[in-house]
Amino acid sequence: MAQIIRIIPRLDIKGPNLVKGIHLEGLRVLGLPEQFARFYYESGADELMYMDVVASLYGRNSLHDIISKTASEIFIPLTVGGGIRTIDDIRNVLRAGADKVCLNTAAINNPQLIKEASLQFGSSTIVITIEAIRQLNGEYLAYTDNGREYTGIEVVSWARRVEELGAGEIVITSVDNEGTGSGFDINLTKLVSEAVSIPVIAHGGAGSLEDISDIIKATEISAVCLSSVLHYDFIENHPRDFEWKSEGNVDFLRSKRQFTNVKTMTISKIKNHLHEQGIKCRRTVL
Amino acid sequence: MPRIAIIDYQMSNLFSVKQACTYAGLDTVITSNKQEILNADGLILPGVGAFGSVMANLDKLDLIGPIKDFTAQGKPLAGICLGMQLLFTESEEMGKHKGLNILEGSVLSFNSLKISPEQKIRVPYIGWNTIFPPSKASEANWALSPLMSVKRNDYMYFVHSFCCVPQNKEEILSVTDYEGIIYCSSVLKGNIFACQFHPEKSGQQGLTIYRNLKIFLSGGSK
Repeated sequence: MAQIIRIIPRLDIKGPNLVKGIHLEGLRVLGLPEQFARFYYESGADELMYMDVVASLYGRNSLHDIISKTASEIFIPLTVGGGIRTIDDIRNVLRAGADKVCLNTAAINNPQLIKEASLQFGSSTIVITIEAIRQLNGEYLAYTDNGREYTGIEVVSWARRVEELGAGEIVITSVDNEGTGSGFDINLTKLVSEAVSIPVIAHGGAGSLEDISDIIKATEISAVCLSSVLHYDFIENHPRDFEWKSEGNVDFLRSKRQFTNVKTMTISKIKNHLHEQGIKCRRTVL
Repeated sequence: MPRIAIIDYQMSNLFSVKQACTYAGLDTVITSNKQEILNADGLILPGVGAFGSVMANLDKLDLIGPIKDFTAQGKPLAGICLGMQLLFTESEEMGKHKGLNILEGSVLSFNSLKISPEQKIRVPYIGWNTIFPPSKASEANWALSPLMSVKRNDYMYFVHSFCCVPQNKEEILSVTDYEGIIYCSSVLKGNIFACQFHPEKSGQQGLTIYRNLKIFLSGGSK
């Protein structure tokens, strides 16, 4: 745990909007991703992650515009994922201004893509997301397509395999916990982070400050990926500032409802908490 | 206005370097043209990719000679990340490869620099870390370098698996501590400045370096 922990806001994007679901499904529109990204950059985010959650269903031109706009005004690393299938897809996303790409479905369908892509673009450019679901027997299996498609692949052996193939980082998502605010899956994250020696990023389930410090203390992760806890805080505290494009499920925004399972927080609050807990992180607020 | 050439060896993503330059007010052109490089006032050698294949591409594009001639004339060059490593004599990334040899020294993997054989080091090293001067003497260089107005222990963003080990220790401008391995994170030798971190990805502190590079790469003139 000697590492300097990164806090990475994850923005799920559908068309022009930032969305958020539960267990990666049931997406609500929250606002415009650029606005959230700018706010997170200014409040001390260490990186940003954009996931095009319905890339396979719609055209992705709007995503390229969002990437370019972000990369021209935000000077921290940007990882982009969702529906990336080929070397050309990777090149296009990098050309639009992304620094790294995230692969899941395509990597499972064609593991050689990891090897080709890491040779061509460098290991550190290729991030593999693993969407894990705990089985009744306690075993974790990797799923694709936002936790929808069964693959039968065991998570820890898959993590070792992607490292061998040249992946530079792994994002381990607990689909069971994602969007629930019930805490990270510590057991899953520990298994994966101890099995490999590339950096591992925990994702799925953060609902309180303690959830974040607990997962860092209990595992060998290098970074934490967060969405609900940050997005709902931004919405609560900037009620008049933000806008969205009328597309998709905007009922949540219109209802002005609170998201009760999650204790919302800002990045600086998280970093102050980590510091108090003796966990190293970059504390610089613009 | 001084013209800065960003060297394009057709392998890496130059978008973010170009964006940061624009933001800091540098007039840049992305090029792999020999003449354009030789005619520039200053050069930026960026870098993402593997040492050996990038050197092979520089050779194929016939840019090794022009870059060396450019710096031999005393004109300013800034290397970033792999662009710093390329300046050294040789690298052990995927076999032995010769570098530009503008700076003396070698490029070694984190695994060769381990403080004990049992140490588990996560590579690639990806993350934010602090930079600080290794000695009193380097503090004086710091204040005159593109790091001026960057504070000791400011955070920068790193992505790498190999580290530069300069032969001449007085060329080390800053060092960084990763898991107890204290390694060279930037160098300064006259007209040559290079850093292992990515200032274009290091938020406001990184942009400060780009603003300073505007002066450095114009040969000191504003």
